[in-house]
Amino acid sequence: MARYIFSRVGQALLVLWATFTISFVLLQAMPGDAVMVKFQNPEYGLSAEQIADIRAAYDADGSVVLQYVHTIGNFITGDFGYSLQAGVAVSAQLAVNLPSTIRLAGLAFATAVLLAVVIAVLSNISGFTRLRSFVLSLPSLFVSIPAFWLGIMLIQIFSFRLRLVPVINPGEWEGLILPVLTIAVPISAPMAQILLRNIDEVLTRPFVSVARAKGASHAFVLWRHVAKNAVLPVLTVAGVLFGELLAGAVITETVFGLNGIGSLAEQAVNFQDVAVLQAIVVISAAAFVTINLAVDLLYPVLDPRLKAKLGGVA
Amino acid sequence: MTILDTAERHRNIDSPNPLDWISAAPAAEVATRAPAKARAYAIRIQPGLVLAYIVLAIALLWAVAPGVFTSYDPVQGLPGQQLKAPSALHFLGTDALGRDLYARLVYGAVHSLSGAVAAVAIGLFVGTALGVVAGSAGGWVDHAIMRLVDILLSIPVLLLSLSIIILLGFGTVNAAIAVGFTSIASFARLVRSEVVSVRRSEYVEAAFGSGGTFFKVLWRHVLPNSLTSVIAFTALQVGSAILQLSTLGFLGYGAPPPTPEWGLLIAEGRNYIATAWWLTAAPGIVVVLVVLSINRVSQAIGRAQR
Amino acid sequence: MTISPIGRLEGTVLPAPVLDVSGLTISYRDQNGTRTAVHGIDFSVAPGEVVALVGESGSGKSSTAQAIIGLLPENGRLESGSIRLNQQDIAGWPQKRLDGIRGSVISLVPQDPGNSLNPVKTIGRQVAEILIIHGKASGAVADARAIELLERVGLNQPALRAKQYPHELSGGMKQRVLIAIAIALKPSLIIADEPTSALDVTVQKHILDLIDELRCEYGTAVLLVTHDLGVAADRSDRLIVLKQGKIQEQGRTADILANPQSAYTRQLLADAPSLNVRPRRVAAPAEAAGKETSDDIIIVEGLVQDFGLGGKEKGLRALDDVSFRVRRGTTHALVGESGSGKTTTIRTVAAFQKPTSGKVIVDGLDLSSPPRETLRLLRKKIQLVYQNPFGSLDPRQTIAGIVEEPLLNFEPVPRVKRAEIIASTIEKVGLPLDVLQRRPHALSGGQRQRVAIARALVLDPQILILDEAVSALDVTVQAQILALLDTLQRDLGLTYLFVSHDLAVVHQISDTVSVLNGGKIVESGAVEDVFERPQSPYTRELIDAIPGKKYPSLAGRPLSTHSGNIR
Repeated sequence: MARYIFSRVGQALLVLWATFTISFVLLQAMPGDAVMVKFQNPEYGLSAEQIADIRAAYDADGSVVLQYVHTIGNFITGDFGYSLQAGVAVSAQLAVNLPSTIRLAGLAFATAVLLAVVIAVLSNISGFTRLRSFVLSLPSLFVSIPAFWLGIMLIQIFSFRLRLVPVINPGEWEGLILPVLTIAVPISAPMAQILLRNIDEVLTRPFVSVARAKGASHAFVLWRHVAKNAVLPVLTVAGVLFGELLAGAVITETVFGLNGIGSLAEQAVNFQDVAVLQAIVVISAAAFVTINLAVDLLYPVLDPRLKAKLGGVA
Repeated sequence: MTILDTAERHRNIDSPNPLDWISAAPAAEVATRAPAKARAYAIRIQPGLVLAYIVLAIALLWAVAPGVFTSYDPVQGLPGQQLKAPSALHFLGTDALGRDLYARLVYGAVHSLSGAVAAVAIGLFVGTALGVVAGSAGGWVDHAIMRLVDILLSIPVLLLSLSIIILLGFGTVNAAIAVGFTSIASFARLVRSEVVSVRRSEYVEAAFGSGGTFFKVLWRHVLPNSLTSVIAFTALQVGSAILQLSTLGFLGYGAPPPTPEWGLLIAEGRNYIATAWWLTAAPGIVVVLVVLSINRVSQAIGRAQR
Repeated sequence: MTISPIGRLEGTVLPAPVLDVSGLTISYRDQNGTRTAVHGIDFSVAPGEVVALVGESGSGKSSTAQAIIGLLPENGRLESGSIRLNQQDIAGWPQKRLDGIRGSVISLVPQDPGNSLNPVKTIGRQVAEILIIHGKASGAVADARAIELLERVGLNQPALRAKQYPHELSGGMKQRVLIAIAIALKPSLIIADEPTSALDVTVQKHILDLIDELRCEYGTAVLLVTHDLGVAADRSDRLIVLKQGKIQEQGRTADILANPQSAYTRQLLADAPSLNVRPRRVAAPAEAAGKETSDDIIIVEGLVQDFGLGGKEKGLRALDDVSFRVRRGTTHALVGESGSGKTTTIRTVAAFQKPTSGKVIVDGLDLSSPPRETLRLLRKKIQLVYQNPFGSLDPRQTIAGIVEEPLLNFEPVPRVKRAEIIASTIEKVGLPLDVLQRRPHALSGGQRQRVAIARALVLDPQILILDEAVSALDVTVQAQILALLDTLQRDLGLTYLFVSHDLAVVHQISDTVSVLNGGKIVESGAVEDVFERPQSPYTRELIDAIPGKKYPSLAGRPLSTHSGNIR
């Protein structure tokens, strides 16, 4: 078991390091001194000393290798460089924007889980054939909707037509309703699809027949036998869903004009603010890796089969 | 299809693509399962499939011969026709410059579709090559390629494409490259797992056993048998590429105005959302319909394989 | 959830049958419309009786069993007929009502113990569950009762087992757990649907013994669904022979075996290897076995095969000092249960893997360190036929393509010549030429196996390795393929290395035999010697476990005089 944990953590660190390196190579080293050229742009109105300071901070005069070592050291200590657009440290920008994005993403994730479970449950209630086929078609519809369009349409329908949710100066939580929905709907779709597929698959397994043969009702079987078997594999896509969540945040924050990591990323691209985007990429990769690591470590605890396998080897 | 052990199955599941999540059923199981499942999806929604093909045919015709479908100019507005609601004259209305929205949608098809196809072509060729090499070579080559794939997958798709755009700059071609790049990893992973599972099958062993060389077996058995699911996945990717491209277009990173790219149309219409709702609704619906149809066709291809 | 307990109709007068099925018709819907699987069959099961439902694939035996317990697949439909359980017609009952009797009045021992227990629930919970569902016990009482039941079905350390998960138990143990569940509420009828076909032969015997014992103790009737006539002959009071959804014959087992009325039953009886231990043909001289002669085409000496586990650990020794020799033109069988190393052995002989140590010489070619050219030469000499013809034929190729492929791997043969070779090979294996343009899925299992044999023969090899090559086939098809193999051996002078878990088949087809257990050869010799006078206790146990010995007169002659009970 210890060996397993060790190797998993090692792998995670390796992926993280490689992600950093690739993003470094792509974003900083490749266009040569492009970043510096940008700083020298008179538009920013930076004085010669300031430019020299920044050059020193980036170690721009050193070799690429030195820059790399420098940057990786900075990243480890939480120094992500300076945003050339805002003129402040990237870490400060992140600190300001992270909480609101986490709140948005967290609420959206919870909503998406709820939606997916509702879809899965509704489609497995026998007796409502029409409802079932309608519900079954929802996930494939949801994955086909562009998130930004969904956001705009939600505003159009709920704010302008029905006047249910105000868009101008909404309350703190009120203003989150539509953004949360905008992120949650597209993410609930793959979740629901996996859940439905797993439930269908588990229902065909012989142990379900055995449970029925014991006299268990359909509902009992679904709840006591199928549920855990069907839900466990969903955990393994948590990392991917996180990525979708982040993409959703970028789009939603742009559409609804909210502050957060997503709108930060969007602005970074608009202003070619490389340092900011690199920091966001590396941090989200770190989050992805951490989530997958957590799932990898949690899975054997939840699935007795894997526990035995690992126990046997370690 | 494929026979995978539990561990392999879990591994498959963390791909970002729904197709990989399909738990691969042992061959024997599929035979008994097919009839039971057919009831839920295949039989009932066949008319849907026909409809999907019709939608795609129309979208393709828009892209190939837009002039046949509309007589309006997509770029030059008509004076005095600004922001007209849908009517017999402009049946999807007009935008703030007096341009016919329907005409812009028709002419936009070529931008959105060709971009998506180009993007997927990049992912398909590079990803398939990597996957075939990894799956058939095995050993450290396999290991190195798959670690690279892991790294690519660890960056959220949108952020990855934004990184590439910040590197290459804005524009239609760059957006397509960015989107294509994001699908390389998933193609590589799918193809590798297909190749590996086909390689494990008894008919491949039998082919080696009758004196077949590596490349002969690869060509005769491994590639043809991996193909169907790759085609289904390619179709699925075209749908998701359209979505991603429209997102980039919406954010303003794709084609510059006045190109009638679908994502851009939605972005432009957004400013008039309170007064001219059709400007955002119509392009969005077109995107949804096309993507939905592509996904439906992809599903049908994937199922035919079983 | 409340379940209304439905009376077990206790105190039923004995003569009334537990189960009375009449006019039972079952159909399945699929893409091609409706297909009737069972055509109005009638039979009954008396209290405490064992009735065997025997048939080949597609006979409708499993559909019948599923219909009785109300668990037909979703596309299956009970068209007409009555199922009277304790004189109550349950045929039209809704699932909710059936829930009340399933498990308590009628229960199931399933086919595939490996997949029939929920992998993420403990054994104890799964046994206790049936008591809880029917409101017979709950909480700690149910748990304690579950442990008692586990003990009753012969699991050692039942309290420990109750806390374990299914993957921690062997197949035989899992089947015992499932039996514990089936008998928990002392039902009137147990449906045992191929209860042992996924198990090794020695385990099969113990499981069948257990079912027998519990049946006697509880007076439960058993409907035994099986494809294995040997098992049916040994274990049933009455026999029902099904073919394509119709009853061919039913009656007392002894009567049917002694005097079958229908042609189909006669065919089945003639083809069942376990009931027909007869010398296949003039056996090879017994003294050849084990002795060195210049005519040995396969020589395996001191073969050891290790498999690393994750690279680092000590690894698993799959084969330990395995040695045997096969004379040209004879059939050597490797028998053993799962995990015995028989598959590993043939994969090494076929040069799919390198031996860790030891010597393998095939027709003079040393495979211990084969240069490339040796390997290519070997491919022309030795060919493998797999167990599962569904998996060993590429679904995308035509039959012609499949059979042609080996020819393309060696010296170029002109197209016309190739077509001639393909046609003659296809005819050799008894297939019509019009199969050539079809694809594997359009063929039956037996036809596919013939195609696999044709592919193996097209290079004119000297040795065929038959890896459980007839195990997945119905008995009548199995008999045909065995006859084909026999003819081919005589006509072409082939040598067979025959791998099987089925001793009855081995007895029929082989000249010499090696018995493998845990990666070691425990016994080796001429087939008659090994079967008549087994030397090792393991071989004796294996032979004893072969079903179909209850009526030795049928076998033509007694199989073994040994009757000691091992373990």
